[in-house]
Amino acid sequence: MGNKQTIFTDEQLDAYQCFFYCRLHGRYHELAPHLVPMDYTNDPECKLPLALIVNMPELKENPFRNRIVESFSEDGMGNLSFNEFVDMFSVLSEMAPRELKAIYAFKIYDFNVDNYLCKEDLEKTLNKLTKEELTPEEVELVCEKSIEEADLDGDNKLSFADFENMITRAPDFLSTFHIRI
Amino acid sequence: MPPKKKSHAAVEVDDVGMEVDAVSEDDSEEEARRKTKNRRAKAQRKPKRVSDDEEEEEEEDEAPKRKARKKKRKPQDSDEEEDEEDNRSVKSKSSKASRKKAAKEESDEESEDDKKKKKNGGKAVSKKGKEEQNDKKKGNAKGSGGKNKGGEKDKKKKNGNSSSSSDDDEESMSEGEMAALKEEVEEKKKLIATLRNKPWRMQRRLIQLKEAQEFVEKFEGALGKGKGRKWYAYKVMMTKKLIKFKRDFENFKTACIPWERKIKEVESHFGSSVASYFIFLRWMYGLNLVLFGFMFGLVVLPEILMGLPYGSLPRKTVPREEQATAMDYAVLFDFNGYCKYSFLFYGFYNSDRMIGVLKFRLPLSYLLVGVGIFGYSLMVVIRTMARNANEGGDGAEEGQFTFSWKMFTSWDYLIGNPETADNKYASITTSFKESIVDEQENQKDENIHLRRFLRVLANFLILCSLGGSGFLIYFVVKRSQDFAERDNDELSWFEKNEVEFVMSLLGLVCPPLFETIAELEDYHPRIALKWQLGRIFALFLGNLYTFLFALFDEVTAKLEKEKSIKNETIWALNAYYANYSSFYNTTDVPPPDVHPADVIRGPCWETGVGIEFVKLIVSDMQVTYLTILIGDFVRAVIVRFLNYCWCWDLEAGFPSYGEFDISGNVLGLIFNQGMIWMGAFYAPGLVGLNVLRLLTSMYYQCWAVMSCNVPHERVFKASRSNNFYMGLLLLVLFLSLLPVVYTIMTLPPSFDCGPFSGQEKMYDVVMETIENDLPSFIGNIFTYATNPGLIMPAVLLMVLAIYYLNAVSKGYQQANLDLKRKMQMARDEEKNRRNNKDSTNQVMKDLEALLPNKSLIPPPTEEDELEVPDVVVEKSSKSPKIKPGAVANGKGVNLQKEVSLAASNPRGPVTRAPGPRGGNARGPQPGPEKGRGRSAR
Repeated sequence: MGNKQTIFTDEQLDAYQCFFYCRLHGRYHELAPHLVPMDYTNDPECKLPLALIVNMPELKENPFRNRIVESFSEDGMGNLSFNEFVDMFSVLSEMAPRELKAIYAFKIYDFNVDNYLCKEDLEKTLNKLTKEELTPEEVELVCEKSIEEADLDGDNKLSFADFENMITRAPDFLSTFHIRI
Repeated sequence: MPPKKKSHAAVEVDDVGMEVDAVSEDDSEEEARRKTKNRRAKAQRKPKRVSDDEEEEEEEDEAPKRKARKKKRKPQDSDEEEDEEDNRSVKSKSSKASRKKAAKEESDEESEDDKKKKKNGGKAVSKKGKEEQNDKKKGNAKGSGGKNKGGEKDKKKKNGNSSSSSDDDEESMSEGEMAALKEEVEEKKKLIATLRNKPWRMQRRLIQLKEAQEFVEKFEGALGKGKGRKWYAYKVMMTKKLIKFKRDFENFKTACIPWERKIKEVESHFGSSVASYFIFLRWMYGLNLVLFGFMFGLVVLPEILMGLPYGSLPRKTVPREEQATAMDYAVLFDFNGYCKYSFLFYGFYNSDRMIGVLKFRLPLSYLLVGVGIFGYSLMVVIRTMARNANEGGDGAEEGQFTFSWKMFTSWDYLIGNPETADNKYASITTSFKESIVDEQENQKDENIHLRRFLRVLANFLILCSLGGSGFLIYFVVKRSQDFAERDNDELSWFEKNEVEFVMSLLGLVCPPLFETIAELEDYHPRIALKWQLGRIFALFLGNLYTFLFALFDEVTAKLEKEKSIKNETIWALNAYYANYSSFYNTTDVPPPDVHPADVIRGPCWETGVGIEFVKLIVSDMQVTYLTILIGDFVRAVIVRFLNYCWCWDLEAGFPSYGEFDISGNVLGLIFNQGMIWMGAFYAPGLVGLNVLRLLTSMYYQCWAVMSCNVPHERVFKASRSNNFYMGLLLLVLFLSLLPVVYTIMTLPPSFDCGPFSGQEKMYDVVMETIENDLPSFIGNIFTYATNPGLIMPAVLLMVLAIYYLNAVSKGYQQANLDLKRKMQMARDEEKNRRNNKDSTNQVMKDLEALLPNKSLIPPPTEEDELEVPDVVVEKSSKSPKIKPGAVANGKGVNLQKEVSLAASNPRGPVTRAPGPRGGNARGPQPGPEKGRGRSAR
């Protein structure tokens, strides 16, 4: 990293591999060079707002970018501290296990944050996925079918158990729910 | 990290290590422990403060004792247990307290705080674990004694042990401690390894990690588990590298697939059905490349490199009378002139048995390649079909979670490129639309009789039109034969080109007609496409038939002409020899010195056939490309730009943009390939031409589709296996195999051109080779093999094998279906079981509704019925007094009816058995009721 050496305490470096950590921090720092300090010895409190993070090239094209950032932020508003930032990319990394990814995928798709994927959530997901090119009837049909397929307890919305049951059998969930940085 | 402290800790630990070393040389475990302790001392960056040191010291204290107790341990086992029991009961309280004190002096660490709790917990657990281990060991040693001790007791015991510090107890404990510690460390390691998997916030994870790491670092050393650390790191690194390499390799492999990106792009906008055409085209291209390789490498190249050059032989020279125009564009474009006498066609090849220094047997190679092309194609097509069949599915998705998977896993989070993202949006939308079409098809409730009638009607209509066009073709061909006998001049232009005209007209009119008729059938678009393909295929067969018919006429004509020319030349040659010998009076006659261009030559029907095929391919290509240019491109341009100044909406209204014609394009491709197969034998250059055609077609059509076409109205999912296309291709392959094999086996080759000139039949080259060049036993084998007595059983065997395999595959299919059904049932069952609300389960609800629900034959109804009989009884009791009893009776009946009707109101909530039965069941009831009523009275 040349002159832009980031300083962490030993523990922090212990906690994560230096390489990964430094690179991530580089990216984090890049987003807002004036806000993020290079020196991490005394755990400075700094958070980046959602608008900045969403503009990363890795997230820029993602229809769920706001939801991703929001679900990883502690306040739910999309302000990420560095730790949360690392968290986000570690969950989305290749090495993260399926269960963990499923949890966060559930959070991401849960637009109204009620721990259930109800019809409105599905509609929003679908509209984001298709850029609202489906007719309302088609959207209705798709949402109904999805719920019908995955809903095991018959409450007309998907709980996490339903979601996990469905997503663990998806063949390409692991390969698509994955960001390289 | 204060360095002082570290060094202090290190020194201390080193001391300890030495001490241990001195004490326990006989114990391997001890040894390991010592070693790792040393290592730990080095590795440890952050020595723990008070508690850690304390703990270490504790351990160190234990170490010396261990040695002594080793010997004593066995004899004292039995006593031990009793002691333990005593200890347990007596010292339970005190031991707890003492342990607490001993373990943790920092009482503040007992707080709820995650971090500290963890630490404490870790230690506590470790101790407990140690004790458990301890016990287990003892138990094992004793046999059965120690096994049933509860954890609580163990703890007490241990504490008791430690406080009482009896030698034996101390010893076994520390050994058990070791194992427990190991376990604990393992646990922590697992925690570290799986920390990523915990859905915690980063802050919490970091804390946990730090603790776990510290713990492991501290105790790992004690257990000799730390030596793999570097190795482990190395392994992790290598795995990552391997993963990365694999990924790159995958990417590379994908990048190597030609046109993958183009096709994906088309697929994302036009759906898999259109993409299936392009995939088929790509497959075809690959096949043709291989065929081209065979043809070019084994036939064309050897002849060009090693054979005689142009102009050396009559067959390689343009005849004198044609030479003037041989280079004209029009002539060349008709593949006459120089083209005709080039390596592109059959006639160019020399009949020398071996050519060049390599003694390459060109005629043999020519024949084998000609036949081998068919063999290879057959093999590849069948293999592909088999593989596709394994991939299975006719495109309909049978997965349980079609829509949910599409919804939640279709977006690829890796996409960071706006263009790719746009494509992905399009492809997701398309795939949703495809699934929606499937779903709508599933949900369609139809009038089965009407549908059946319409389908039969549609098939009837199409059969009629097919028959009609077949007759038309037959009629026109017959007429053209008549015309052929007449003089060319008295025929009009129309009469000359009648066949072509009719054929193209049919080709133009019929497919849209079929499509219109197919609307009646209302099939799923995927199935409709298959029907459409089949029907147009039948139509095009007529095309093929006329073409072959004309060709065979031509061939027979040429054969006759050739016969006369052959006789003429032989006669002329004989005359020449006779004259020469009589004139010079010698028998040693030199061959006539005629320039190759002037030699009389036959028509060479093979080259003629080859030219026909090449012409056909070229004209077909032209037509296709022009159609695309005009029908799609010009149309799109007009629609797009004239729309600004037109009186109706061109884009949405009449001309609109074109849709991609899947069936037409696929069939065009298939029939084109048929031509190639047929023609390749007579025109070796044809394969190369076709490769070029497919290549340009790929780019051109991709461009045309992306720029001028709109997606189908109902985008449907293509069958994953292109097996229907492949099946048609196989059929065409078989059909085109017939004429070629027929000519090879029966027609005599031309006497003065081509690799088989001078032979009776083309396959004679094979015979010749077998006789002359191969050892005699192979010839024998060949004779045996061609013996009908051997061939018949072989055929029979094959038929039987086919029958058997067919039966087996049917059995598997059945089993497959059964299993699928079972899976479906299991899934439904699971769903039902989880559905504790019966409102969602229709079947259960119905069943319940059918139960004779006793609680719902309530007292109120009984009262009603009681009342009714009362009335009736009253009336009947009155009736004897009053004369007109019939009226009263009628009234009574009426009343009863009313009541029963009201009771069995079907509109009410379903609370009992359905209407009619309810009525019946209730019918007889009034009787006894009445009786009771009476008796009550």
